[in-house]
Amino acid sequence: MRTLSEGDILFILLAVRWTLLLSLIAFLGGAVGGLAVALARTGEIRALRLLARGYITVFQGTPLLMQLFLAFFVPSIFGINVDPWTAAALGLSLHASAFLGEIWRGSIETVPHGQTEAATALGLRYWPRMALVVVPQAVRIAIPPTIGFLVQLIKATSLASIIGFVELTRAAQIINNATFRPFTLFGLVALVYFVICWPLSAYSRRIERKLTLASR
Amino acid sequence: MTYEFEFGEVFAYWPELAAGAAHTLVLSTLAMAIGMVVAVLGALAKTSGPVWLRWIIDAYIELIRNTPFLIQIFLIFFGLPSIGLRLSPDAAALTALVVNVGAYGIEIIRAGIESIDGGQIEAGRSLGMKPLQIFRYVVLKPAIQAIYPALTSQFILLMLNSSVCSAIAASELTAAAGDIQSRNFRSFEVYLVVTGIYFALSVVLWSAFAGIEQAFLRKPSRR
Repeated sequence: MRTLSEGDILFILLAVRWTLLLSLIAFLGGAVGGLAVALARTGEIRALRLLARGYITVFQGTPLLMQLFLAFFVPSIFGINVDPWTAAALGLSLHASAFLGEIWRGSIETVPHGQTEAATALGLRYWPRMALVVVPQAVRIAIPPTIGFLVQLIKATSLASIIGFVELTRAAQIINNATFRPFTLFGLVALVYFVICWPLSAYSRRIERKLTLASR
Repeated sequence: MTYEFEFGEVFAYWPELAAGAAHTLVLSTLAMAIGMVVAVLGALAKTSGPVWLRWIIDAYIELIRNTPFLIQIFLIFFGLPSIGLRLSPDAAALTALVVNVGAYGIEIIRAGIESIDGGQIEAGRSLGMKPLQIFRYVVLKPAIQAIYPALTSQFILLMLNSSVCSAIAASELTAAAGDIQSRNFRSFEVYLVVTGIYFALSVVLWSAFAGIEQAFLRKPSRR
C-alpha cells in the first residue's frame, strides 16, 4: 500500500476522456440504430414492425451488464477477438439503439395522423413525408427524453469497467487497489459524474417545462 | 463457424442458477419494499415538510439520479468501512438498491399525490365521509392507478439493475453466473443462459403486473 499522490488524482481525472468518448460513440451508434428502430417500429411493413418490437423488448428486458458480457463473448464464437473497448462501444450502442428507438417511436406517434394524411394527399412518398413533415415535428418532443437518456448512457459507461475497459470508474478502482482510499476516490469519481450529468438533467427538465407550457 | 456449443455444461449447474434467480427476486423485492417506505416518507417531506428538509430531499434525489449505481454501491461497500460501518456484500447490495430506488420512487409517489384532485376530497367530506373513509374510497384507488405503471416498470428496472451487485460479489444471479463460468470456462453459454433467465423474469413480471392492472385497476369506461 502507498499514499495517494497528485499523479493518482490526475490519472483518474484524465480517464474522464474515455468515459466521454465512450458515451459519445455509444450515443452516435445508438442514434443511427435508434432511428432505424423507430422508423421500423412506426413503418408500414408488418415484419419490420414486429422485428423492431422484439429488439426493444429483448434489450429492455435484460440487464445492460449481460448485454455487455455478450458483446464481449459473442464475437469470439465467430473467431473474432474483441478488446474491452470495442465490446463496450458495441454493447452500449446496441443498448442505446433500443432505448432511443422506443423514445423516438413515442415522439413520432405524437405527431397527429392528419399530418401524414395531408402530406400523402400532397403527393409526398414515405421518405420525403417523414423527413420533411413528421420528423421535424417529432424532434421537438424528443429532445428532453433524449437528453435524459444521454444521462443514463453516461452513467451506464461505468459498467464498461466490469468488462475491463479503463474509464473513470476503472481508473479509480486501479488507484484504490494500490492506495486503499475508497471513500475519497469513489467520492471524487461520483462528483465527476455528477458534474457531467447534472447540467444535462437540469437542461432536459427546463426544455420539458417549456414544452408543457407551450402546448397548453 | 467452428465453435462447439456446450449448453449441457451450463444446465448441469441448474441448482445454482435457480438459487441465483431466487436471490435476485428476493433482493429486488426487499429493496423495492423498503425503497417504497423511503419514497413515501421522502415524498411527504417534499410536498409538506419544512424548507430545509425539502432541500435535503432534493439534494438526495439529484445526487442519486446523476451518479452511476456502480459508484453508489462501491461507496457503500468499500467506502463506509472507513467511517466504521462494515456491511456484508448482501447487506451493502440491499442498502445500495434501497438508496437508489428511493430517489426515483420519491418523484413517482409525489406525482401520485399531486394527481389527486382537491375537489374530490371536498366532495367526500360534504357527503359526510370520515378522513379514513375518504382515503379508502376516494383517494386510494385513483392514486394507485396514477402511479402503478411507473412503479411496476421501476421494479423491473431495479431487478435488472441488481445484476450490478455482482461487482461486490453479493449473492444473486449474475454473481452465480460468474462463479459457474470460472469453473466450466463456458463464458458465452453461461451468460447467454443467464440473460435468458433475466428475460424470462422480466416477461413474467410484465405479464403479472399487466394482469393485476386488468383485474383491479381498470378505469371505468367513459361514455
